[in-house]
Amino acid sequence: MKAYFTELFTGAWSLIVGLTVTLKALFSPVVTVQYPRQKIDVTPNYRGHIDLIKDPETGTHRCITCGMCMRDCPSDCIYLEGEKQEGVKGKVLTLYTLDYTKCSHCGACVEVCPTQALDYCDDYEVAGFAREDFHYDLLKRVEERE
Amino acid sequence: MQTLNSYAPEIIRIVMAVVGGAVVVFGNALVMGYMERKLAGHFQRRTGPMEVGFHGLLQLVIDGIKLMSKQLVIPAKADKPLFMLAPIISFAPVFLPLLVIPFSDRIQGFDLDVGLLFVLAIASINVLAVLVAGWASNNKYSMFGAFRAVAQNVAYEIPMLLSLLAIVFMTNTFSLRGIVEAQTVWFIVLQPVAFIIYLICMVAETNRAPFDLAEAESELTAGFHTEYSGMSFSLFMMAEYTNMFIVSCIATVFFLGGTSGIPLPYFEYTGIIWFLLKVYLFMFFLVWIRWTYPRTRFDQLMNLCWKYLLPISLVNLLITVVVVKL
Repeated sequence: MKAYFTELFTGAWSLIVGLTVTLKALFSPVVTVQYPRQKIDVTPNYRGHIDLIKDPETGTHRCITCGMCMRDCPSDCIYLEGEKQEGVKGKVLTLYTLDYTKCSHCGACVEVCPTQALDYCDDYEVAGFAREDFHYDLLKRVEERE
Repeated sequence: MQTLNSYAPEIIRIVMAVVGGAVVVFGNALVMGYMERKLAGHFQRRTGPMEVGFHGLLQLVIDGIKLMSKQLVIPAKADKPLFMLAPIISFAPVFLPLLVIPFSDRIQGFDLDVGLLFVLAIASINVLAVLVAGWASNNKYSMFGAFRAVAQNVAYEIPMLLSLLAIVFMTNTFSLRGIVEAQTVWFIVLQPVAFIIYLICMVAETNRAPFDLAEAESELTAGFHTEYSGMSFSLFMMAEYTNMFIVSCIATVFFLGGTSGIPLPYFEYTGIIWFLLKVYLFMFFLVWIRWTYPRTRFDQLMNLCWKYLLPISLVNLLITVVVVKL
């Protein structure tokens, strides 16, 4: 008989505790982000596609056209070209394309780069209608970036 | 019987009562559909519907249009006449209890002397509809859902009646108006045990979580309405929401003093504000516990009824009878 009432009251108490938990949640602020209208900052660890870094000192990229990234890429998605120009030491980058449809975010290019010219960008809204939408010209991107 | 009939001829009164009932049924389904989804969201710190209209206010309109335009699929092996009949059996009787509920001193269809019995008798037709739906679907999930619903509703009707009977012994009337008028002190104060028992049984009677074993979606896909689509499904949903409204009305009438509250001008009509406020308080409670508790197991459900609610309600009834007689 004692067990009967103990069970009854402990059970009822646990139900009340449960109700207070959900009631607190009801009056807590909502955590949903209304996505297209409202955006949160991307975590620095986020791996988007690769991008050439803009060096704040020189105002341009740091690529020396060594071609290590192109050679190291397991998916063959990087293609770059450079040429020798008068009065400039070393080669100058003239074309840097990334075929993002093949990229698997392995990061081998970022790691192998001797001048740390590459990094992941934080671009996450990259839907497109054609395959060509994902053939990025990274040189153009770094020049357009402010 | 000083309701609407002192103002209008009988026929107008009947039309008004029927139209009012329809307004309550559909209006309540809209309000509850929105409220339930919004509250469900906020209980989990989400927002609920947000896209259609201001904060998703028009979401239910869009859903209604979708449900109405959907095809009514009847399974090949189903019992076709019964299958089509079940949603109607479920939905048609929910209008009737609304006629006897005293929304305010003058807003009431009829004041039946046996109002309580009438409401409970009509409300139990819903069990039959669930059984018919489960049987006619010719589907094992529907069948199990229907069996569970019948066992559960039959069991929980007993403590529900016994807890309400304690109040009937105190007021000496089955008339809902009479019970409202008898409450100088709200019966929640005088009969707290009966109130708690009624509250539990009310959840079980409407087949709501945590007692929604009849439609337990994780075990039985959707229970008795697995095979229903489009409007026949939404008839079941509207019947469920109206049944919630009716049991909340009964709780308001029996335990929270019906229309009693701070007096307003034209109180014989505006009392409906207090009444609906209390009703929706109960509705909020139903949604609240739905998003708090996990579903009970079937043996736990039956244990709760036969081992706890039934003996306690009997003892409560006995004590009430002795105190009333003294």
